[in-house]
Amino acid sequence: MRDVLTNVFRNPFRFLRQKVKAAAGLAKNEDFWALKDVSFSVEKGEVIGIIGHNGAGKSTLLKILSQITPPTTGEININGRVGSLLEVGTGFHPELTGRENIFLNGAILGMERDQIVKKFDEIVAFSGVEKFLDTPVKYYSSGMYVRLAFSVAAHMEPDVLIIDEVLAVGDSEFQEKCLGKMDEITRKEGRTILFVSHNLGAIKQLCSRCVVLREGKIGFIGKTEDALSFYTVEELDQKTEWVGQEGDESAILKKAWVKSLDEHGEFNTTSDVEIGMEIQVLEPMNDFVAGIILFSEFGNELARVNYDDNQLPPTPVVNPGNLKIKFVIPKNSLAQGRYRVQFEIGILRCKVIVGINSSASLIFSLRNVNGLGSRSTTNDNLRYHSSLFRPNWSK
Amino acid sequence: MTTIIRPKKTVSFKDFAEIWQYRELLFFFAWRDLKVRYKQTAIGVSWALFQPFFTMVVFSVFFGGLAKMPSDGIPYPIFVFVGLLVWQFFSTALTDASNSLIANQNIVTKVYFPRLILPISTILVKFIDFFIASIILVGLMIYYHYAPNLLGLLILPLLLLISFFAALGGGLILAAVNVKYRDVRYALPFFIQILMFLTPVIYPPSIAGKYSWILAINPMTGVIKAARSALLGGSPINWELLGISGVVCFIFLFIGFVYFKKTERYFADII
Repeated sequence: MRDVLTNVFRNPFRFLRQKVKAAAGLAKNEDFWALKDVSFSVEKGEVIGIIGHNGAGKSTLLKILSQITPPTTGEININGRVGSLLEVGTGFHPELTGRENIFLNGAILGMERDQIVKKFDEIVAFSGVEKFLDTPVKYYSSGMYVRLAFSVAAHMEPDVLIIDEVLAVGDSEFQEKCLGKMDEITRKEGRTILFVSHNLGAIKQLCSRCVVLREGKIGFIGKTEDALSFYTVEELDQKTEWVGQEGDESAILKKAWVKSLDEHGEFNTTSDVEIGMEIQVLEPMNDFVAGIILFSEFGNELARVNYDDNQLPPTPVVNPGNLKIKFVIPKNSLAQGRYRVQFEIGILRCKVIVGINSSASLIFSLRNVNGLGSRSTTNDNLRYHSSLFRPNWSK
Repeated sequence: MTTIIRPKKTVSFKDFAEIWQYRELLFFFAWRDLKVRYKQTAIGVSWALFQPFFTMVVFSVFFGGLAKMPSDGIPYPIFVFVGLLVWQFFSTALTDASNSLIANQNIVTKVYFPRLILPISTILVKFIDFFIASIILVGLMIYYHYAPNLLGLLILPLLLLISFFAALGGGLILAAVNVKYRDVRYALPFFIQILMFLTPVIYPPSIAGKYSWILAINPMTGVIKAARSALLGGSPINWELLGISGVVCFIFLFIGFVYFKKTERYFADII
């Protein structure tokens, strides 16, 4: 299979916005291209991921590929039947029974009646809602609903399948089943898939190649590994220093930083990374807490550390003045990737002075330069593991 | 099979081939609308009988009985019911076709199929209503011992076809406008009510005297008049009038089709 896109696509909202502007007398001829000069080809049987930030043009690309919105200029050639799955359960009618919805949804997704009849038992078995097949779906639990919807979608048999963020549904057990089914579709049946997701784990598991979209253009195209590191490391800004005034009458956070202690100040997996903050203490306090929370790029909390754990009474009193505290994450501890540090201060069991939602948040990305800082990833049992701890082994 | 996606041309013959290709989905949509229609109602499909029946009763009492509306020598209930039967087919078809796109908004924005099949499928459902309501006409004829002109039944498919195209033409325009301006939803019931009085549903067109030709511009005038002539006898079918109806209806259909196709590309974005 080979699709060629030489494309310039128009933003769907351009139209509306201009109408509003025209009405307000502010009409300016300002074109916005949701996608421009996007051109790539996909081989038969390939699973290609499409990643990018919000507004990068992923959804527009999918809409154009699924023919929901026509392109302004350009051309796409697709060999074979195209099935697109931008949502599970499109067209499900709450009043109809599960059985009826299988037929309706199948038809909407482009399956032929005979094909649905042939696959019917398989669909039902996969969804696990046999018992409620003749119950209107409005009485289904949301889990059952989604399972039935995905089952229908999983059994359409297009040559090219276009999938938006739809795997993020159902419970984790069912998600695994879905990922397994997707795997089966590609590996065994040799279908071509275009897959959009924010779940980098799923992207990594399923896709051999990726397109990274950036502001409507192709930022990177190539092997998934490279695309992901382009996306996570290159694409996102580092923010290594914060200066401000956050706090209350007890204390004010004035400065926070993340610093590489490398010669060149580069953030590598082989760099010691210093994290510190400067606090203006305004009144004497017991049980003063100052610390950080470390997050992975997926938003998981990796660590939460405080300057003093306040475990041993009597706890020390912090006196008014300037308090500058810091610590170092030793080199060869964290694997490559993007991390976020959130700074927090407060009084234990009493109040939060600078909280988790404050702007005191920094971002740094570690690069893998000596080849030993990679993430350990596995695909066991279809669950994607990604370890972010990469210590320095020795004999 | 190769799909080539390009900027959309407004109208091409491929559109018709595509509707044929998607005929199964077309029938699935119609089937869904039928199935869902009277779900969770106590008397179910009987509504398709009650509504026209009681409209007929009310009209017969007020217009036939109290206002002494002329009916060309035919019992007024039968006279008005033939008109109502055709009119209700047309008006409900027009209303539902106009709302068909926004009623299926979630599907339109997520899946590709020729959008034309949505208004078409909603109108198909109206044929069923038409045939169910026709039972009442049979009942009325038995009640009034009125012998219908069975030969006239032969022309019925033609009349239904004209009504179908007239409703589709109007429905396509309104559905496309409705995507952008929801005003349609509010204006339409009002418009249809007025249109009914401009159509000889409750009165014979002869009542308008020498201005009756103006009524002929409304395609439903010719259809209703021909339906009465064909089924109830009395006067011969006015082919000239029916011809005008046919032509007007095809002009409507053409405009509707072109406008619909022209605006189609924005449907998913602005709906």
